[in-house]
Amino acid sequence: MGTSFGRGGATSFLQDLANADCIVIQGSNMAECHPVGFQWVMEAKARGARVIHVDPRFTRTSALADAHVPLRAGSDIAFLGGIVNYVLGNGLEFREYVERYTNASYLVGADFGDTEDLDGLFSGFDPQARGYDPTTWQYEAQTPSVGDRSPVTDPTLTHPRCVFQILKRHFARYTPEMVQEVCGTPKELFLEVARAWTENSTRDRTTCLVYSVGWTHHSVGVQYIRTGAILQLLLGNMGRPGGGILALRGHASIQGSTDIPTLYNLLPGYLPMPQVGVHDELADYLGAIAGEGQKGYWPHADAYTVSLLRAWWGEAATADNDWAYGYLPKISGDHSTYQQVLDMIDGKILGYFLVGENPAVGSAHGKLQRLGMANLEWLVVRDFSLIESATFWRDGPEIATGELRTADIGTEVFFFPAAAHTEKEGTFTNTQRLVQWHHKAVEPAGDQRSDLHFYFHLGRILRERLRASTDPRDRPLLDLTWDYPTSGPTAEPSAEAVLAEINGVDRVTGRPLSSFTEMKVDGSTAGGCWIYTGIFADGINQAARRKPGQEQSWVAPEWGWAWPANRRTLYNRASADPDGRPWSERKAYVWWDAEQGRWTGHDVPDCVATTPPGYRPTPEARAEHRLAGDDPFIMQADGKGWLYAAKGLLDGPLPTHYEPAESPFRNPLYSQQASPARQIMARQENLSNPSPPEPHSEVFPYVFTTYRLTEHHTAGAMSRYLPYLAELQPEMFCEVSPALARERGLQHGGWATIATARTAIEARVLVTDRMASLTVQGKALHQVGLPYHWGQGGGLCTGDSANDLLGLTLDPNVHIQESKASSCDIRPGRRPTGPALLRYVEDYRSRAGITTATGTSAVTPPERAAP
Amino acid sequence: MIEDNSLFGPVDAAPNAGDVAPPARVGFFTDTSVCIGCKACEVACKEWNGIPEDGINLLGSSYDNTGALGASTWRHVAFIEQTRPRPDDGHEQVRWLMSSDVCKHCTHAACLDVCPTGALFRTEFGTVVVQDDVCNGCGYCIPACPFGVIDQRKGPAGDRNVGLAQKCTLCYDRLLDDATPACATACPTESIQFGELDELRVRAARRLEALQNAGRSEARLYGEDPNDGVGGSGSMFLLLDEPEVYGLPPDPVVTTRDVMAMWRRAALAGGALVAGAVICFLGGQP
Repeated sequence: MGTSFGRGGATSFLQDLANADCIVIQGSNMAECHPVGFQWVMEAKARGARVIHVDPRFTRTSALADAHVPLRAGSDIAFLGGIVNYVLGNGLEFREYVERYTNASYLVGADFGDTEDLDGLFSGFDPQARGYDPTTWQYEAQTPSVGDRSPVTDPTLTHPRCVFQILKRHFARYTPEMVQEVCGTPKELFLEVARAWTENSTRDRTTCLVYSVGWTHHSVGVQYIRTGAILQLLLGNMGRPGGGILALRGHASIQGSTDIPTLYNLLPGYLPMPQVGVHDELADYLGAIAGEGQKGYWPHADAYTVSLLRAWWGEAATADNDWAYGYLPKISGDHSTYQQVLDMIDGKILGYFLVGENPAVGSAHGKLQRLGMANLEWLVVRDFSLIESATFWRDGPEIATGELRTADIGTEVFFFPAAAHTEKEGTFTNTQRLVQWHHKAVEPAGDQRSDLHFYFHLGRILRERLRASTDPRDRPLLDLTWDYPTSGPTAEPSAEAVLAEINGVDRVTGRPLSSFTEMKVDGSTAGGCWIYTGIFADGINQAARRKPGQEQSWVAPEWGWAWPANRRTLYNRASADPDGRPWSERKAYVWWDAEQGRWTGHDVPDCVATTPPGYRPTPEARAEHRLAGDDPFIMQADGKGWLYAAKGLLDGPLPTHYEPAESPFRNPLYSQQASPARQIMARQENLSNPSPPEPHSEVFPYVFTTYRLTEHHTAGAMSRYLPYLAELQPEMFCEVSPALARERGLQHGGWATIATARTAIEARVLVTDRMASLTVQGKALHQVGLPYHWGQGGGLCTGDSANDLLGLTLDPNVHIQESKASSCDIRPGRRPTGPALLRYVEDYRSRAGITTATGTSAVTPPERAAP
Repeated sequence: MIEDNSLFGPVDAAPNAGDVAPPARVGFFTDTSVCIGCKACEVACKEWNGIPEDGINLLGSSYDNTGALGASTWRHVAFIEQTRPRPDDGHEQVRWLMSSDVCKHCTHAACLDVCPTGALFRTEFGTVVVQDDVCNGCGYCIPACPFGVIDQRKGPAGDRNVGLAQKCTLCYDRLLDDATPACATACPTESIQFGELDELRVRAARRLEALQNAGRSEARLYGEDPNDGVGGSGSMFLLLDEPEVYGLPPDPVVTTRDVMAMWRRAALAGGALVAGAVICFLGGQP
C-alpha cells in the first residue's frame, strides 16, 4: 500500500463500504474475523451491491456473499493478474484516471528486463546475494541538459516502454485458461468476477477491495497487495466513495502499533529507523528520506524528526548536538521477530519482553519459538493468564518428546498480570486509521497493571538506579523526558499526557499543535508522532469525541479522530476529475469550489486545500508546492499512483505469480518456481518440504492453510481461558473435503494427523463440502483447513497448534512468514506421542530426502530429464 | 376470566393474562438471511444472565458446538450446510445457513399453562418468564413446550438454579430499564431485531417482500401468524428453508390447546356416568 499509494494504511473507512456497488473480499474472512465491520458489507448488500468472496474455503463470509469463488491457496496473484489482463485486453481501464493520476505514461529505461523475457526473473537479480539490484528498473530520465529530473512520459500510453504497455505485456499470459490452470478456479466463475468488478468501476460506480492476512502471510505477500493496488488504480477506484482498498487489521490496535511502531525498522509516523554506518549523522538520515526535488510532505521530514527528538529528549536535544540524534538507537541488520528467534537460539539475545503476545502458539514454527525462549536468561510475560509462552518450560511439546528437559532450561520467567482494556484508559487505532479513546470502567484487580504503568515505572526505576552514572551510554536514558503525571494508589501514569506529547506542542507558547504543518526544524516544536498531530488540537482530546452518527454527516468527522488530519478517505483528490469536478453526481466526495478558491466536500481534502486543479508548480517550488493540482497521491515522490514500482520493493517492480515456497505444483508460468528473492532461513531447526522440480514433493501432496475462527482470538489467551468462548469452539479440528476424506480414509468426528518437515500434529476431522476439491494442472487438489487457536498448556480447552507445522520462509520486504499456503500430508488417526513423534517426523524427512538445502535455491535449477 | 381464545387463536397476551393497560407487547424478529453465525448473541446472553458454560465438547455438527436450546443455552445458533445444484446451470453450490434460535414467548404458552406453582408468568410486555424463587423444579413445563425450549438445569447441587426450569426471559430486567435485550444489542448485523411486536411484523413482511422481489423465493416467515398453533410467537423468524431444516417444528401447536375440550369431554363423560348412575338408581326403583 505504501509503495503504491504513499501510505501504509487502509485507504477508506468501513462505513464507506455501504456506498460500494461491488465489494470484492479476497484474502480475508471478514465476517468471521471482523464481524462488527462486516455490518457495512451487509448494509451495502441491502442497498443493492454485489458481494464477491474469493477464498480457498467457503467460510461464513462466503455464506453471506452473492458469490463464493474458490481458488488454490497461494495463487491469488495469478487470479488478480488475470483480471488485470481482462481489463487491459478489453480496454476497460478508467482511461482519464489512469492517464492523469498514475505513472502509466512514464517510460522505463531500455535496460529493464521483465519476467516474461527472463523466464521468471526481473533484470538485476544476483543469485549469490539472493536479491535484486534495481538499477535497471528505473525510469528513463530526461537528458541532463533539460535540467528536469522527472521521467520521460508518453501521454498517449502507446510507447512500448511506457509503464502501461509494460503492464499489458507482463500480464498478457494471465488468461482465464491460465487462471484456471494455476488457481483451479473454473473459468466461468473467474469471468463472473472480472465482469462484476469492471462493470462496477466507472464514473458512476465504484468497487471496494477488502483484504487481510490471507494476503499478507505469503512469501510474496507485498506483491499480492500490489496486484490489488494496480487493479484499483486501473479501474479508477482509489480515493472515491465506495472504492479504495480496505486492509483489515487483525487486532484492536494493530494499525496503531505500526503508526507508533513496535516494528524494529520504523520510528513513529513511518520515519525510518536509522542504520549504523549509513545514517550516522542527522544529515545522512534526512537526506535518505526525501530526495532532491521530491514532491509532497516527506521533504519536511526534518521538522518531523527534530520535533520527535525534542519530544523525547527535551532540553537535552539542542541544535548543537543535532537534536540528540546520536541518542537514537541505530539498526545493524534484520532484527525482525523471526530473526530474533534465531538469534535467541544462537545465544545472541538474552532477554525478551512478551506483551500481549503468545508466540509459543501464535507465531509460525512454534518449536523454534520455544527453543528460542528456552535459551534466554530472562523472559517477561505480561498477559491475562499463564499462557503457553510462560509455561513452555514445563508443559511444552518439546518436554513431551524429550527434546527439552525442564531442569536444563535456564530461562527465568517473570509473569506480570495485565490490566484489560476496561481497566485502563487509552486509545485504540483501528483498521481505518481511526483513533478512539476508551475510558477506564473499573479499577484493575489485584496486581494487574496497564502496560503504560509497567513501562513508565520500569523506566523510572532504571533511571533511579543509573542516576549517579557517568557512563555516556546511559545519557540517552537519563536525558529522556520521563515526567508523566501519575495518580491513584498505584501511581498510574496519565495516558492523556502521553497523547498530548504525541500530538506535539509549541515549546515557546505551550500551545498544542493543531497540524503537522506547524512543526518546525528549529526545535521550537515538539511532537511524538507527526501523523497524529491534531489529535489534541486546542488542548482537547479529539479521539474522545463521540457525537452520534445521526447528528452529523455520513462521514462522521466528529467521531474519534483519524490520521492524517482527520481525513477519512485517503487520496480523495482523486474523487474529482482533473478539473476538480466530481466524476459523477452519485460519487461526489470532495471537489474544487472556484468561488471560495478551495477544495471542499464531505471529507477533509487530502491535498493542499487551496491548490487549484490547474496548478502547475514552478521549478523553484518545494515539497507540497511541487505537487501539481492533479497529483492526488501526495505522499508519493511524484504525486502519482504507482502501477509500476521503480523503487521501494526488493522482489520486483511488478507482481508476478510464483508458487508458494512449499507447493505440490510446478509453476506453470515460468521455469522459476518460487520467488527468487524470498527470505529463507536454512538451518537444521527449520527444514522445508521439497517442491517441484525437487524430487519427492509427492510425500506432501496436499495444501494446508491456517486461519482464525470468530469464537477465538489468535493464540487463545483471550478466549481459551473463558468458558463462554471455549465451549463455542472447544477443540482443534481440521476441515477436509469429502474427496480427501475418501482418499485418505478420514472419518468425520475422528482424528487425523497432519505432517510437514517440522512436525506432526493431530486434530479432530470435520468433513465438509465447504472445502472444495479443485482441479489444478489436471490433477485433483485437496486443501486442508487448520485453525490455529489451540496449544498444549493452559486454558479450558487445549490442542495441538497448527503453527507448529509451519516453517519460516519470509517476504523479503516485510519479513512476514508464509503461513497461508504450505504443503503437508494427512493420515487418519492420532499422532504418536513422546519420542515416537520425533521418529514419525524423521520417517517423513527421510522419505522426502529432506536436508537443510531442500527448498532453498533462489533461482530454480534446470530440470533434469527423466532417466 | 377464561375466554374462548385464552388457550388458542389470536389474543393480546398481556391483557388476556389480566394486565390492565400494559405496555405494547415486545419480541424478536430474527432475520436469518443476514446472520453471520458469530454467536455474539449466545455470549451476550450468557454474560448478562449469568448462565454457566454448557459443556466443552466438539459436536461435529458444522460450527455448532452448543447443540440446542436448553437450561444453560438461551440463544442457540444453528449451522446448516447444504449442497445443491444451482437452478440456472446445475453447478453444485454450497449454502451455509445460520440462524439464532430463542424462546418463542408464545401467545399461548403451554409451559405457563401447566406450571403448578405459578413460577412461569406472563409479564406486562407479553413475554413468558420463570421466577427462580417460585419454581419447584417439577418439570411439567418441559414436555409442554412444543419447541423443546425450556429445560431443567443440570449440574452439581448448590450451583446457581440447578434443578430449576430455565429459559430466555427476553431480558425482563433490561426491559424494565427500557433497555434492549442483550442478544439484540450484541448482534452486529441486525439479524436479531427487538421491538414492539406489531411493528416487527410489518418489518418482517417488508423484508420478506424485498427478498422475494430479489428472486429469493425460498424466503419465508415463521412464527409471525397469530392464527398459528401457538397464537403467533413473540419471536418470529425469516427463514431461507423449511423450518425443519433449522430444527423448528413446522406446525407447532400449544400442547394445552385441547385442555378446555378435554375438560368439557371429561365433564361430559363424568356427567354421563353420573347421569347413568342416577338413571340406574332411579330406573331401579320399583
